[in-house]
Amino acid sequence: MGIPAMISRRLFGIAFGTGAAVLLAGALQAQAQTVKIGVILTYSGRDAALGEQIDRSIDLFVKLHEKELPQGVKIELIKRDDTGVNPDLAKRLAQELVLRDKVQILTGGQWTPNAMAVAALTKEAKIPFVTMTAGGSAVTLQSPYVVRTGWTLWQTSYPLGEWAAKQGWKNGYTVVSDFAPGHDGEAAFTKSFTENGGKIIGSVRIPLKTTDYLPYFQKIKDMNPDVVYVFNPGGPQATAFMKAFDDVGITKSNIKLIGPGDITASDELPNMGKRALGVITMLQYSPAATRKANVDFVAAWKKEYGANTVPNYFAAAGWDGMRAIFDVIKAQNGKIDPDATMKLLRQWKNPNSPRGPVRIDEHGDIVQNLYMRRVEEKDGVLANVEFATIEQVGDPWKVLNKK
Amino acid sequence: MTAVSTSGPAYPAASSQLRRLALPLPWLATAALPLFLPGYEPLATQILVMIVFALSLDLLVGYAGIVTLGHAGLFGMGAYTAGILSVYGITDPLLTAGCAMLVAAATGLVFGWAMLRTKDLTLLMLTMASAFLLYEIANKATWLTGGEDGLQGVNFSSLFGTFAFDFRGITAFYYSLAVLFVVFLAVRALIASPFGWSLRGIRENSARMAAIGCPILKRRVIVYVISAALAGLAGALQAQATQFVALYSLSFELSGNILIMLILGGSGRLYGAFIGVPAFMFAQDLLAKQDPANWFLGLGIILIVLVMLAPGGILGIAERVMAAIRRRRGAA
Repeated sequence: MGIPAMISRRLFGIAFGTGAAVLLAGALQAQAQTVKIGVILTYSGRDAALGEQIDRSIDLFVKLHEKELPQGVKIELIKRDDTGVNPDLAKRLAQELVLRDKVQILTGGQWTPNAMAVAALTKEAKIPFVTMTAGGSAVTLQSPYVVRTGWTLWQTSYPLGEWAAKQGWKNGYTVVSDFAPGHDGEAAFTKSFTENGGKIIGSVRIPLKTTDYLPYFQKIKDMNPDVVYVFNPGGPQATAFMKAFDDVGITKSNIKLIGPGDITASDELPNMGKRALGVITMLQYSPAATRKANVDFVAAWKKEYGANTVPNYFAAAGWDGMRAIFDVIKAQNGKIDPDATMKLLRQWKNPNSPRGPVRIDEHGDIVQNLYMRRVEEKDGVLANVEFATIEQVGDPWKVLNKK
Repeated sequence: MTAVSTSGPAYPAASSQLRRLALPLPWLATAALPLFLPGYEPLATQILVMIVFALSLDLLVGYAGIVTLGHAGLFGMGAYTAGILSVYGITDPLLTAGCAMLVAAATGLVFGWAMLRTKDLTLLMLTMASAFLLYEIANKATWLTGGEDGLQGVNFSSLFGTFAFDFRGITAFYYSLAVLFVVFLAVRALIASPFGWSLRGIRENSARMAAIGCPILKRRVIVYVISAALAGLAGALQAQATQFVALYSLSFELSGNILIMLILGGSGRLYGAFIGVPAFMFAQDLLAKQDPANWFLGLGIILIVLVMLAPGGILGIAERVMAAIRRRRGAA
């Protein structure tokens, strides 16, 4: 037997082996359908605490509901760190998840700028994108492949302006973080507050990366408005804001602090302490709510992550996001078709979410109840206690700008 | 000028026949990358762009001895110039890249002319301040730049009217590779020229260079402007490859990262950028995948170890090993 024969025999062996492996892999694939889900969140840096809320919610949901998936269908989460507000990185991560890891669904979408960049990409990639907590209204307009399970700033601020004006408060001041959701919140509150007889006597936009708020807040104190509308993206920034309000003496004055629930995020309340007492906010979720679905959710959370942790509205948005993703996987038996998925997502509803009944509308935006909450002390613990409900609000911006 | 030979190989003298033949190999291998590693084009493109950027920085740090912590300012000027032009309808990639180079060069001229009169720590602080200044302007001018949200509506037309910037990133990859090749040849020619040698002279002993009649400030400003133009080109490439521009492109973080990448590879060595950038970015990519929450820690440890054990960067280690082999051969 000559050397060429040996080589050809070996080559045949390799070819045969490869062929068999391919066939086997094909057979296995037919049996076990793995749905790959790309998750882009902030896992490092100042705002990692917010990403952690969503991440824990996703993991907990999968752990508790994995058995609901149809026979042979598995899901695989592939997680990536966008390090904060970093749209170009988020876009590249999404691109790589689609090209390299072949994900079939993208989710996460923690920050509006990042979600905007990822959303723009899904249009060409035709990958369904469930954005969880980006609050800028324009995100869902970027592509037909986006739905949102969180909230929009118009949702949490537009009804609030009307409510504030009806309290008889005349002079308002707005303080927002200087990025798209902040701009949305400022516009929404200003519109409904002035439409109902209020007047905005000043407004300021604070750069996201600023850490010294005192100069901005001192000016507010000097102007002495009746009410200050505040927006920041929650997390450690919310506490820093509250401390600065306290330092200049606004929390102890007659000036009322109101805003979307981000500014008294439940997981940050222990850090804020009594400074936050009496602050009134509007939000779709409070862990203090007594609905059964919520009580179960909070109990499962505390069991998994410890009794002194608490899920906030980021976690609730992540929870519903996973619910929606699971529902479309189940409906398609694990075979994800982008267009069919989007059709299902745009009709998705859950009457029993921890935050009450929710559904997704034709804009891809979430319709949900909004709750007025006040920071109160309950059994020595601070909580956002709900005292009024506004039923089933869609994104007001889409309604107001409908042509 | 004996001191010069201590930093890196004296380049032109060492180009043997073998080296000349070997030169195209890495380029061809890189060009074949999409065949072997499909899906890695966006990362590869990012690396190519950063090599262009690192090369521009090497001119300053490695050859002219101007250490800067504000190089992203010039990169960002290029990125925003190209991006903003595309938003307003001027979408040709080469034209916008040219404009980006001009704007970045002009910025470099203004800043360089003002800053390069100082040296050492003062200069370092000024370079940092210049980049902060540009960052804050971009952050505030949301009507023009989009601020924290990033520039919306960036859209470049096809390269030469035929190759569209596709989702897979093939066009962007070959485009960046071609640009890098041209920049590499230009930088190589520049550092081998009498002008390049005069920069090294200024770096080693500016008093002596002044004494022999070399216009120090002028030379330093010229190299700063050239470097700025190349940084601006890298910025434009980035904007075109990702079809997006964000504040990160002007950030201190990027200024710091690119300096780390260069030092990691070995500055003042021409090939340092080609080693350091991929090493850093692959490590980053790998670590971030392994542990999305704590990957910065891993990266930090690797960098500390490298800086402590290999002050000349990866190429520094290679050189020391080569030198040891040569010494042993000489002894035998």
